[in-house]
Amino acid sequence: MAEPKTKYDRQLRIWGEQGQTALEKASICLLNCGPTGSETLKNLVLGGIGSITVVDGSKVENGDLGNNFMVSESSLGQPKAKCVCAFLQELNDAVKAKFIEEHPVTLIETNPSFFSQFTLVVATQLVEDSMVKLDRICRDANVMLLFARSYGLSGFVRISVKEHAVIESKPDHFLDDLRLNNPWPELKEFTENIDLDTSDPVAHKHTPYILILVKMAKEWAKGHSGKLPSTREEKKEFKELIKSKTIATDEDNYKEAIEASFKVFAPQGISSDLTRILDDTCSEVESGSSDFWVMVAALKEFIANEGGGEAPLEGSIPDMTSSTELYVNLQKLYQAKAEADFLVVEQRVRDILKKIGRDPYSISKAVIKSFCKNARKLTVCRYKLIEEEFNSPILPEMQKYLTDEEYSVAVGFYILLRAVDRFSANYNTFPGQFDGAMDEDISRLKTTAVSLLSDLGCNGSTLTEDLINEMCRYGAAELHAVAAYIGGVASQEVIKLITRQFVPMRGTFIFNGIDHKSQLLSL
Amino acid sequence: MADAISLQSSRSRDLDKLLLRPGHLVGPSFEPGTELRDDLQQYVRILVVGAGGLGCELLKDLALSGFRNLEVIDMDRIEVSNLNRQFLFRLEDVGKPKAEVAAKRVMERVSGVNIVPHFCRIEDKELEFYSEFSIIVLGLDSIEARKYDSDDNPQEHTMKPMVDGGTEGFKGHARVILPGITPCFECTIWLFPPQVKFPLCTLAETPRTAAHCIEYAHLIKWDEVHSGKSFDPDNPEHMQWVYLEAAKRAELFGIPGVTYSLTQGVVKNIIPAIASTNAIISAACALETLKIASGCSKTLSNYLTYNGVEGLHTKVTEFVKDKDCLVCGPGILIELDTSVTLKMFIDLVEDHPKLLISGASVTHRGKNLYMQAPPVLEEMTRSNLSLPLFELMDKFPKGIVHVTGMAGKGDKRQSCLRKLRVAFKGVDGIMDTDMAGGAIQGAFGRRTGWNTDE
Repeated sequence: MAEPKTKYDRQLRIWGEQGQTALEKASICLLNCGPTGSETLKNLVLGGIGSITVVDGSKVENGDLGNNFMVSESSLGQPKAKCVCAFLQELNDAVKAKFIEEHPVTLIETNPSFFSQFTLVVATQLVEDSMVKLDRICRDANVMLLFARSYGLSGFVRISVKEHAVIESKPDHFLDDLRLNNPWPELKEFTENIDLDTSDPVAHKHTPYILILVKMAKEWAKGHSGKLPSTREEKKEFKELIKSKTIATDEDNYKEAIEASFKVFAPQGISSDLTRILDDTCSEVESGSSDFWVMVAALKEFIANEGGGEAPLEGSIPDMTSSTELYVNLQKLYQAKAEADFLVVEQRVRDILKKIGRDPYSISKAVIKSFCKNARKLTVCRYKLIEEEFNSPILPEMQKYLTDEEYSVAVGFYILLRAVDRFSANYNTFPGQFDGAMDEDISRLKTTAVSLLSDLGCNGSTLTEDLINEMCRYGAAELHAVAAYIGGVASQEVIKLITRQFVPMRGTFIFNGIDHKSQLLSL
Repeated sequence: MADAISLQSSRSRDLDKLLLRPGHLVGPSFEPGTELRDDLQQYVRILVVGAGGLGCELLKDLALSGFRNLEVIDMDRIEVSNLNRQFLFRLEDVGKPKAEVAAKRVMERVSGVNIVPHFCRIEDKELEFYSEFSIIVLGLDSIEARKYDSDDNPQEHTMKPMVDGGTEGFKGHARVILPGITPCFECTIWLFPPQVKFPLCTLAETPRTAAHCIEYAHLIKWDEVHSGKSFDPDNPEHMQWVYLEAAKRAELFGIPGVTYSLTQGVVKNIIPAIASTNAIISAACALETLKIASGCSKTLSNYLTYNGVEGLHTKVTEFVKDKDCLVCGPGILIELDTSVTLKMFIDLVEDHPKLLISGASVTHRGKNLYMQAPPVLEEMTRSNLSLPLFELMDKFPKGIVHVTGMAGKGDKRQSCLRKLRVAFKGVDGIMDTDMAGGAIQGAFGRRTGWNTDE
């Protein structure tokens, strides 16, 4: 076997050992192993997911050879689950792969407790009725669920989890936590000992911008009754002031200071996103609260007390022009403050745990530390039951999508993807599935879509004839390229859910394979 | 119903829905029918450039999208670190050429598909090689530019539609390049910002980060200690040496964070890559390829970005052609007196503010007027330098001249091809209006960083 560290090197750089361990502990159940399901699992097996269970009751037929890479001519007539499972096992011998030859619908109807053994269920190509039932089963069993479907040039992906809290959301762009406009005493003191007007040109051009900006902000506040620049004019003036301090044209540190001056203007305190989490009723913790919410409760106390309105300091600084010594010392200063903040939060976590009758050490130091480091980036995702969305979607949103040109195809597909399931419930076939009845199917699908819209409370809204035609043309085809796309999206989301890193999508992702103007709908 | 049963049992059951049935949201040239399906199988030839993370997916996707004539070109051999996403390769394949193994695996599983592998660099192939394909799909998931060293003469050739994909972590892009319709690579070159390089004085005097220490060991210390022996990033002993030197330096300065993994990442400029993102981007590229070839739906117009870092964001941007583009635009107009010699012309081109080209070689209608290299060609063409360009261009009053050479400064220098419209003063004539010559070189010149990963 290959050294896993080398094999997984390119992904360890993204989610680290912790993320990898989470993947290796996870067990995934796949319902229906057509190309959409098979491709989803392929991407997870390659990444080293713990175990997979493939559930499918069908036999491989000729048509499957044209859209599913996991079956080949020698598989004809054999159980599809078995063939797909065998191919997936070939991709990674570290994964435990097994299959169950059974129709998912039967399993949902007859053996709901089957699903509680898994970390996550990927349900592909299910019709509405089965989706609703499975959703209820997984929600009750506290199993994560993801729906995926490919249908002609359209498709969707939808997560269903009661609550998914993310500590390591790892956003691409996020304001550094430098406290330039609100320095703590040690940073202030450190800055006091620096002379910006040093006559040594080498020292002058190697003063890091953090120090320049803290000093300049203080100087500015002194002349402006304690206030920092807020108007456009003042901001411009502040930048001019920085510029006036340069003594040579090659002083990159001053250029960086001007570019970073917006960090001085940024509001103090915590963001509205974080406020929303602190104000969530879940932060009123009791014995059954999750570790995440216990830590949120501690964070809330910290911000109100020791933090003075700020979250714990993150403790890292970006690279900037500086002498090695000043940079390293600054780094240590930030780390020391972060450590001090962490210790306070840790104590509060332990106290809260004790208060609610739990083992005060049941949350590890490492977890609390990571929580503190990421406190400003915490994210909570919640997902409605699919039945709730189906029966009573958020009407104003629906109406907005129906009238917004950017969304018109995506929301059209959303409605039609539901309409084809109603159609199949009524006529035992999908519209356009067989040649010869196209005209009739088109008008039947139209009627179905109109009645669905009116059931949702969108009377008077219509879909274009072209799109209805298009949906009939698809005839429930599962095209490989579309399935590979949907499977790719599904597997990316599964990885985010299992590693608890990055932020999973919210809402329903509608794939638009006509011009790729896919959309997320929040209904 | 007999018809329905036969359709149901056909291998092209699903694809047929799209290819045999008329639709309203389709391309202008769409002619549904079995003939279209057969044509895709028999006549359409697709080249996949790269057999890595995107290439493996692309070959599978295209083989299952109705195409039967595929070729793939890749100069790399399989490495262990490919196996987390390049699903056509197994541990026992490590060390074998990617293109050959990928082609073999797909042919084993999808009967009727023929894939010709080319285990070589893209610049090893003549331009004629590329002109034989209907569509070229680029699956180079690294966007770092590498010098495209080609002694090929720039030649007029039929431009090909291209589909291009790239990924990095949870993000990726797919784009469609249709000659004459969409922008070419050069028009939107700003989409690929140059790789950040640290100033040498930072590395030597004021290191602050682990990466600075690593680059010091890699770029400065290595040469000091190993005079004449060049650093090989694929040699583990070399990498280990750089790591240890970097660690020493970091300790000296009190800088945290130097690890072996980071050393590899910095030195090789490793771009993190995962299977799922590659699957998404490749699928989008394959779908666009099918649409361009068949007209069965509209095409992406013309640039798709996918970002799964925070939630899920997809965006389609319609970039427009840069009318002054040096590759697909009409070319820069240069007016000359008929007495201007080739040597004077070359000097003028090298000083031209828009061109900034050095070491220029000049061709006209495929004929070498002056070539800097190889020496034998240089010698053969040297005598032209003193002749008037007007005469060398057969006294046409206007014409298109191609100039190759090096453009850019310092580390960012790379080979380039520029198209110039030359007009001679005081002579009447009709403008030669060829379009978009050399856009393929433009594309490859910018996108040949595939030796790092894919």
